[in-house]
Amino acid sequence: MWLGNLPRPSSRRGTYLFLLVFLLGTVLPLGVASSPDSHGTDAPHDTKHEASNGHGHHGNESHTKVKKAFPVLNFEYESVRLPFEIALWILLASLMKLGFHLIPRLSSFVPESCLLIVVGLLVGGLIKLVGETSPVLHSQIFFLYLLPPIILDAGYFLPIRPFSENIGTILVFAVIGTLWNSFFIGGLLYGVCQIGGKDLEKIGLLPNLLFGAIISAVDPVAVLAVFEEIHINELLHILVFGESLLNDAVTVVLYHLFEEYAGIGSVTFLDVLLGFICFFVVALGGIFVGLAYGLLAAFTSRFTSHTRVIEPLFAFLYSYMAYLSAEVFHLSGIMALIACGVVMRPYIEANISHKSHTTIKYFLKMWSSVSETLIFIFLGVSTVAGPHSWNWTFVICTLVFCLVARVLGVVGLTYIINKFRIVKLTTKDQFIIAYGGLRGAIAFSLGYLLPPDHFPRDMFLTAIITVIFFTVFVQGMTIQPLVDLLAVKKKQETKRSINEEIHSQFLDHLLTGIEDVCGHYGHHHWKDKLNRFNKKYIKKCLIAGDRSKEPQLIAFYHKMEMKQAIELVETGGIAKIPSAVSTVSMQNIQPKQKVAERALPQLSKGKEEEIRKILRTNLQKTRQRSHSLHFMEECDDLKATCTSLVFIVVQGLT
Amino acid sequence: MGASQSGPDTRELRELSEKTGFSIDQIENLNRRFQQLSKNKENLRREDFDKVTDLDVNPIRAQIIEAFFDKRNFGGTQTGPVEEINFEQFLTVMSHFRPVKTRMTEEQIASLRKEKLQFLFNMYDIDADGKISLEDYRHLVEDLLSRNPHLGKESASVTSIADAAMLEAVTIIKGQMEPHQVYEGMTFEDFVKIWEGIDIETKMHVRFLNVETPHFCK
Repeated sequence: MWLGNLPRPSSRRGTYLFLLVFLLGTVLPLGVASSPDSHGTDAPHDTKHEASNGHGHHGNESHTKVKKAFPVLNFEYESVRLPFEIALWILLASLMKLGFHLIPRLSSFVPESCLLIVVGLLVGGLIKLVGETSPVLHSQIFFLYLLPPIILDAGYFLPIRPFSENIGTILVFAVIGTLWNSFFIGGLLYGVCQIGGKDLEKIGLLPNLLFGAIISAVDPVAVLAVFEEIHINELLHILVFGESLLNDAVTVVLYHLFEEYAGIGSVTFLDVLLGFICFFVVALGGIFVGLAYGLLAAFTSRFTSHTRVIEPLFAFLYSYMAYLSAEVFHLSGIMALIACGVVMRPYIEANISHKSHTTIKYFLKMWSSVSETLIFIFLGVSTVAGPHSWNWTFVICTLVFCLVARVLGVVGLTYIINKFRIVKLTTKDQFIIAYGGLRGAIAFSLGYLLPPDHFPRDMFLTAIITVIFFTVFVQGMTIQPLVDLLAVKKKQETKRSINEEIHSQFLDHLLTGIEDVCGHYGHHHWKDKLNRFNKKYIKKCLIAGDRSKEPQLIAFYHKMEMKQAIELVETGGIAKIPSAVSTVSMQNIQPKQKVAERALPQLSKGKEEEIRKILRTNLQKTRQRSHSLHFMEECDDLKATCTSLVFIVVQGLT
Repeated sequence: MGASQSGPDTRELRELSEKTGFSIDQIENLNRRFQQLSKNKENLRREDFDKVTDLDVNPIRAQIIEAFFDKRNFGGTQTGPVEEINFEQFLTVMSHFRPVKTRMTEEQIASLRKEKLQFLFNMYDIDADGKISLEDYRHLVEDLLSRNPHLGKESASVTSIADAAMLEAVTIIKGQMEPHQVYEGMTFEDFVKIWEGIDIETKMHVRFLNVETPHFCK
């Protein structure tokens, strides 16, 4: 990303581009050659080679060992085939990602997901040309390995405040919206099937409803991929994204319900009732599993002060276990993962070291990025490879009904929701919410899981892929210009300042107080009660040592000071310090007080040591770096002020 | 609603509704609550707020109660505390927390926002001198942290947090200042500048319609 910021001559850019293409040229054929059945020809040679172990010839069973020269160089591919291929695919995916950002203006008007699918199509086409069978996105791999990192990343960094403020709206969209979509699409498709000709007639109501359930769920991967690039305001982002996460429970229940009974061909009222109960079990069960594992993770992190190195591992393992445990019982794994991430985050962050915190953050981001890239590429590859059965009526109708259902659903639900909301959703908001209902790989994988004997799987898959392509390409590419055209509010890039923290805490207490005076047990009252319960009981168990009693304001202040100190040193003291940019200082506010007198907060010994270590190592780096800069004299002055400032801070800490 | 002793009649209700922006139902709800707190007397005193036991755990309890008895919040230009308030003044204070209605014009929203910010400003400006000084900020932070039993150890943090916050605020307001200039305190206009970009008019609201008269005569 930094490549985009530095001014550089275009010749350097060209060189990078050339190098990249060259690299790809070498990696791609390797990837092709190493896909599954290309070793049909090599294998016999290899196995025989292994069997005879360098001695003797093919098929020679004699015990007399004919001595050959000791093989200096061997070729033995079979044993490393699987990890080799996996690593190669991931490498390919990452190089692709790298490449997009080198091409100057492509990434600004085509979202990354589109480009990745196109790459997947190309690779799939290449593989088909060469005549091999391409790797398909197996649903097992998708659900067990590719999806969890993305969801965990989303859950761990979920912005709690907007999410909880809008939870009612999100739930309505997720549950009722998805139900409406499924039945509308499924029902209408059944109607179309009845009148649509001989191939479609045999598809009954239940398969259609199942198809409706699969295609109607908004996909979190696609939404994340597209919405991240358009920087829309927080409210809309959390509404669409929250919906895509929470509709998993509905999808799971509907999928299993219809799949169970599609073979039998009829559903009784009892089944529907059981399905209804199942929904609650799936959703609440998933959340409960996530909660349990999250609390376990928080509790474990309390004791990791002596083994800091494996701290991040606990965060990842417990979350993954939560996901897998939920999947064992057919509960909603996504909700378990989200609940786990949300619950464990505040306690883990209070317990682990700064480095572990950074590690967790970057590992999550890295894994989710790789997963996302792989998912889109494989989607493209599977499109080329997969068995297709194109039926004009079915596919076109699916597409149209999807769009219509989404728009009607959003408009209808918003009308009802606005009666209960304080901040009403405007027409522009509704349009963006409807337009942002992207489908993605989850729909594809669910379709892939269908048993082909009961369902026209190929036709379904074709329709699903068409809808996915349409939403990702058409909607994904046009949403950015539409957002600009409609002048939708964008995300405000405000850093959370100490003032905001003080004011928001004050406001919370004020509103709780007013609610109490009114006698109204509202939103704020319960939030306050939860906070107090948390402070009194839970924090004591889950946070190690003194930190459990630290009030939120002070914790926030420490975090902010740490961040500022690190920023200060990393930039070599140039810019970024508010008091350097603007000349306001303590003297202006209270002239009688000397700067040195300012008492700094007492940090615990552990934190002091950390800050000092960070400052020391970074100072050394700054000294080394600044020697290479051209403006040495100015830099020396700045360095001197910077170092003295930093030492004042450090001394003040003692 | 019956006699003038127990509550306002319909004509008064309509007047109040127009003045404060509440609906008739909401005013009746709040009146019932007022009667409950004041034990059916005409006026409310500070001691009556002791009945609201939930307020006891609130760190800014004193300031909230003071806000009800502060003349600055009654709509006029007078300042200073009063000893007791009647229903109309109670309602006026409460009206600072009404939500934005869908049919409001831009100007109405802007004036509502200004009203709410003025209320907040009055709460921060404890000594009522029209400016929020560093001292006021320190009191504020101290109150927010006052629920923490370990305040003794952390009293240095109180000053440093308040200082940092004030510094940041002044940086936003003034930008550049010469070393010899002194900043007395935040005036209301400066205060408004800090809250730019944060939609206080939607954040600062309480849902009044479902006010129940709860079980609480303790």
